[in-house]
Amino acid sequence: MTMSRTTKTSPATAPPNGRKTGLGPMARREARLALWMLAPTFLIVMGIVLFPLLANFWISVKPVTLSDLRPPTPVVSERVRGDFDVAGQEFEIQYRMRNSSRKGDITDVVLTDTLPAGITVIDPGDVCTVTGAAVRCALDGLPAGERTRLKMTAVADETFAANPVSPRDSEPTVTGTAENILTNNEFTLENFARIFDSREFWSVLWVTIAYTVFGTLGALVLGLFAAQMLNKPFAGRSIIRGLFLFPYVAPVIAVAFTWVILLDPFNGTFNAILQRMNIADEGVNFFGQRDIPIDVFGLTIDFPLALATVIAFEAWRYFPLSFLFILARMQSISSDMYEAAEVDGATPLQQFWHISLPQLLGILSTLFLLRFIWTFNKFDDIFLLTGGAAGTRTLTVDVYEQGFALSNLGAGAAVAVAIFILLLVFAVFYFKFVHREDS
Amino acid sequence: MRIGTGLLLGLLTGLLWGTIAVALTGISLTLITGLPATPIISAGALGGAVNAAIIMLRAPADRTPGLYLVAFAGVIVSMMLVSFGAPFSLALSESSLIQAFGVGLIALAVTFANRAVLIDIQSGMLKRYAIDLVIVRTLKGFGFVFFSVIVILPFYVMVMTSLKNQQDLFLNPLDLSIDLTQGAASLFDSYVELFTKFNFGRFLLISTIVSVCTVVITLAFSIPGAYAVARLKFPGQTVLSSSILLIYLVPMIVLVIPLYAVFSQLGLRNTVVGLLIVYPATTVPVALYMLQGYFRGLPAELEEAGLMDGLSRFGVIWKITLPLALPALASVSLYVFMIAWNEFLFAFMFLDDPDIFTLSRGVVSLNSSEVPRQHLMAGAVIATVPILVIFLWFERFLVQGLTAGSVKG
Repeated sequence: MTMSRTTKTSPATAPPNGRKTGLGPMARREARLALWMLAPTFLIVMGIVLFPLLANFWISVKPVTLSDLRPPTPVVSERVRGDFDVAGQEFEIQYRMRNSSRKGDITDVVLTDTLPAGITVIDPGDVCTVTGAAVRCALDGLPAGERTRLKMTAVADETFAANPVSPRDSEPTVTGTAENILTNNEFTLENFARIFDSREFWSVLWVTIAYTVFGTLGALVLGLFAAQMLNKPFAGRSIIRGLFLFPYVAPVIAVAFTWVILLDPFNGTFNAILQRMNIADEGVNFFGQRDIPIDVFGLTIDFPLALATVIAFEAWRYFPLSFLFILARMQSISSDMYEAAEVDGATPLQQFWHISLPQLLGILSTLFLLRFIWTFNKFDDIFLLTGGAAGTRTLTVDVYEQGFALSNLGAGAAVAVAIFILLLVFAVFYFKFVHREDS
Repeated sequence: MRIGTGLLLGLLTGLLWGTIAVALTGISLTLITGLPATPIISAGALGGAVNAAIIMLRAPADRTPGLYLVAFAGVIVSMMLVSFGAPFSLALSESSLIQAFGVGLIALAVTFANRAVLIDIQSGMLKRYAIDLVIVRTLKGFGFVFFSVIVILPFYVMVMTSLKNQQDLFLNPLDLSIDLTQGAASLFDSYVELFTKFNFGRFLLISTIVSVCTVVITLAFSIPGAYAVARLKFPGQTVLSSSILLIYLVPMIVLVIPLYAVFSQLGLRNTVVGLLIVYPATTVPVALYMLQGYFRGLPAELEEAGLMDGLSRFGVIWKITLPLALPALASVSLYVFMIAWNEFLFAFMFLDDPDIFTLSRGVVSLNSSEVPRQHLMAGAVIATVPILVIFLWFERFLVQGLTAGSVKG
């Protein structure tokens, strides 16, 4: 596995003696160049991966919902009352302002506008000042949900009346400071209390573990089986290998929807086949039925049907990957060993058990670990197949469910934090594992 | 003929092949021609066993083509007898030619399978080696059938469903045959509608732009980074090269909420630019990892010679390293293209405006009860075909890309 290689000290990083004595000018220039070349990668990874990772902790302790993402903004519309195109006639200019939010206040609201030439403001009102053509109105605050009107009385002169333009033609701009729920100092532990209190969380955790373990094992076993079949060369092998990679290469939306339609309980092809072969009496709702009772020697067991189907999809979609890696490793096992075993009279199954399998153990365990983490992280597949219904909601789907379906971003982030902490535990395993591989 | 474990195993594998052959042929007949065929499993099973028994009448060395011909006929006769002349539960007068073809196919398949498994197996007591051989051969054969079915069936259903219409589908979901006489216009009705009414031409364009830009940005970021990690000395180099892949253990769904919040406030959420910031961030680490592995394998002497001859560092990268690393660049590009093309989560969370939908997002919008499902499948085909064509065309590079440094999934 390529992963382990990186932890070995590369020749390029042989212990620099310069570190104690201080780097030479050449070495320092090289280091600076390297940092410049790595800077874009650093920046994008920091900004898009590491920052959000930490931001989750912040959001998870904030009472923030989806609607809070639109910060309170002052909205203004301008009206004109009276005849502004008659010289000497008084008319009124109105600014109607309102706070877009019903929850957050806005402070320091400032409105600016430009009047057409030829209009003179007689009475600017309490809060507005007019200098030349510029109007500036300052309000201390605009409480949540509040509306207010600013009125000015103005009069037009002859030149304007001869060629009138509406004062509304120049759009007023309005600014204000609103407290952003994401950046203020309001904290709460309610999000965590909410997700851990519900009994659902623990069932979600169990579903996640079952999905991860069996999905990973399924993909590995199928991959091992497929690799074993294609190990010896034969005509058309490369075609078959390409074909076997289809489920992995095709977009997840395409294959997920195909499975949904294939397994449709009422008019899906798979159910029709089952009925035609007299295996099932009526359509089985593979993605919609939580449990199906199965009789085993008189005992009735509730088999989690939807979960099992989702796991089957996972194994189907990702066996190509383990197949590819296992095949590559198999091809590199020297044929001498098999020839020697053949001479000694070892049967094919014995050869597989005593030669192939031990040789494959390294790649299998690495694949298991990586696939385990990736299956644990998987969101798209279950979301598209069942949407997390019928006992298939994993932690990742729960993030979406809490954050977007229930519009509670804080609770979603709290689930994300739980995922992150579980992953840290995996990461410790990962490093231990890589360590062992090396030594 | 001697009677022993050989015969027993032969009969068992024959039974298995007969069952598989008759079930598969029966279902395929229905799926391809639309005939309401129900295969009689017991007939096929018995036919397979009879076939194996006939083959094993003689010792391996004495099996002539004539014997196989008899075995072939044995399948047909026993199937017909057991099923009372209706191996697919259809009257013989109904599409007799297709039925005859089906039975012939079953007999042929069973004969070939039995011959392949039992070629050097005698009917008497077998040694452990021979028993294992039969088991391994049977498993392999079964594996081929199994994997072919599970891979081909969904894709076959996807394509065929997209070419049918709703009523036919509801009437008989097993009938995936298509009526070629109806003319291309009505056959590709769903596709025409997707491109004219559902704006799929635009989705295709957006997906292409997003994927190509992601590849370009990823390469622009990862090539200098990979070169620095592979060739230049700087403090923290080892730590960096071993930890870069840790980024890949971070689940995307964990990033969604903060990115959604921040991008919403920056006005980047519902934009293509937003996607072009997020996608490279997820692909740059693995691209960097793959490239630095390849750069290390290139001879450093060439680059040193270039430096001696007065080329700058960037001149060396541009004129020496990159041309040598073309295969790796191709692998990385294809792999990144595939990730960007197939990406669903961020496209789904970020894009609301149908004018900038990627294909993934566009297909999801077809998943409603108001849109007939052949449209959904046609959308799936449109999303799948480009990436599969690219995959088949550049399979070698993509397979390298998949195995070289990445197991992203």
